[in-house]
Amino acid sequence: MIRQQATAILIIVILFIVGCNDDSIPQATMDNGKKVYNTYCLGCHMEDAMGVPRMNPPLAGSELLLNDKTKPIRIVLRGSEELKGQPERDYKNVMAALGSLSDQEIADVLTFARNSFGNKAPAIKESDVKSERSKIK
Amino acid sequence: MKHLKRFFAIVCVFTLSYCANNSSDKTGTTEEKAETTKPSTADQPNGGITLPAGFSATVFADDLGSARHITVNTNGDVYTKVDKLNDGHGILRLRDTNNDGVADSVSGFGNYKGTGIAVGGGFLYATSDENIYRYKLNNNEPDPASEELIVTGLVNEKQHSSKPITLDNAGNIYVNIGAPSNACQEKDREKDSKGQDPCPILEKAGGIWQFKIDKKNQSYKEGTRYVTGIRNIMALSWNSEVNQLFGVQHGRDDLNRLFPDLYSEEESVELPAEEMFQLKKGSDFGWPYCYYDQRQKKKLLGPEFGGDKVKTDRCDGKGKPIYAFPGHWAPNGLLFYSGTQFPEKYRNGAFIAFHGSWNRAPREQQGYFVVFLAFKNGMPSGDYEIFADGFAGADKTPKGAAFRPCGLAQGPDGSLFICDDQKGRVWKITYKVS
Repeated sequence: MIRQQATAILIIVILFIVGCNDDSIPQATMDNGKKVYNTYCLGCHMEDAMGVPRMNPPLAGSELLLNDKTKPIRIVLRGSEELKGQPERDYKNVMAALGSLSDQEIADVLTFARNSFGNKAPAIKESDVKSERSKIK
Repeated sequence: MKHLKRFFAIVCVFTLSYCANNSSDKTGTTEEKAETTKPSTADQPNGGITLPAGFSATVFADDLGSARHITVNTNGDVYTKVDKLNDGHGILRLRDTNNDGVADSVSGFGNYKGTGIAVGGGFLYATSDENIYRYKLNNNEPDPASEELIVTGLVNEKQHSSKPITLDNAGNIYVNIGAPSNACQEKDREKDSKGQDPCPILEKAGGIWQFKIDKKNQSYKEGTRYVTGIRNIMALSWNSEVNQLFGVQHGRDDLNRLFPDLYSEEESVELPAEEMFQLKKGSDFGWPYCYYDQRQKKKLLGPEFGGDKVKTDRCDGKGKPIYAFPGHWAPNGLLFYSGTQFPEKYRNGAFIAFHGSWNRAPREQQGYFVVFLAFKNGMPSGDYEIFADGFAGADKTPKGAAFRPCGLAQGPDGSLFICDDQKGRVWKITYKVS
């Protein structure tokens, strides 16, 4: 009976981990991402990520941020230059390239932004950023 | 064992629903916020804004979209330029036929978006972000078919591309060609990117240009660079009392983000000043090399060009402001009041619409009001006072603000019109002696 109870508890724990997989971003990633966001992003995208009408786009609900992984990585690495000539470049301000940030910082800030402000999207890994950066250079 | 299976099933359902709730809670936040921060204010006193004693406002028009600038013809017809087409129209005429303070006839024409609008001498002038057009008014009725392109090919690179205009009384039109840049760095707004010296932008932007009101297809060759060294002037107006051009500049952004070792967050929020200029022909106001520090009352050398918060260097000879407002308030509209309806102190003074800041984040945003600055003989004669406030409502952020004042105009009876580009509300403000 004790063995059965132990198995039951184990299975419950596993179920929680598997069932809540999308929420399993380490707190340290979110904390570091927030730190990077506050230093480099908040000034234009605002504390609530709602942006500035006409000038700076919102990140809350942003398709460019959430739809795939490579686009947001490339935008952080290259700034608004990445969107030049495309319909998505419809806000007036430029975004500076942030390629001087480390792969880890970019991964963390994107993971943070993709899982804050009402957003929910898979985490971005350091290796994802590394691979995209190598394609740009 | 049967018990255990049932127990697992319950745990499974519980776990999944817990996770589902968790994520739906998160996605719900922004939507809820959007709804709760935008209450209807049309029925509130003065259309949701506050005014000094004796003044009252009506909602002259509402929900026009992005109503940028506004002008009033001698017969009382109000025109506003919208930056998002409204039913396909970029110019809206608002007419109040029964004079109750509410436009009862709204019509539109001009299939381009933009900001600038002005009326005078039987013509209506309007701008896209590249061109200036004009329309003949036949017995005060604008004739869309008479559209003439008078100025074309002006710099439009998104940033600071709005083209506010004003008319003098001698056949000229003045247009702001904002610099498509923050401080003319090699890479705009990028940390550690050097300032370009000389700044090539100044050749075709970063100043006010003068053109003739009645010549077709003018561009840089036919125009005059009237003043230079200006980042972006949205609040631009001819002052007919002293026959001079005036403007209030949007000062540079990001001193702390770009130079964190030199400027504190607090300094970056308050500096540089939003400078008010008397725009005398031939003047150079120093952008991008210089900015105005209202605390030291000096034009300082910008950090991109070797400045250290103290050095003035080449900025000593640059045009000084006639008044300095705190940083980032975003002056978007300027009107010199020439009417007699308002009390004596307002005569020939300046109303300035501050659109409201964004570059003060993470600190509290400021602006989002219309101020009054008294003038005597064409110069400020006191300190500014807040005239109309409360536009933002409970959420004073660029996106959350209920309204953002952008344009100003004076009616033939001396009433003041204010337009908003967040939702497109227009207020008509009148004064009554009690």
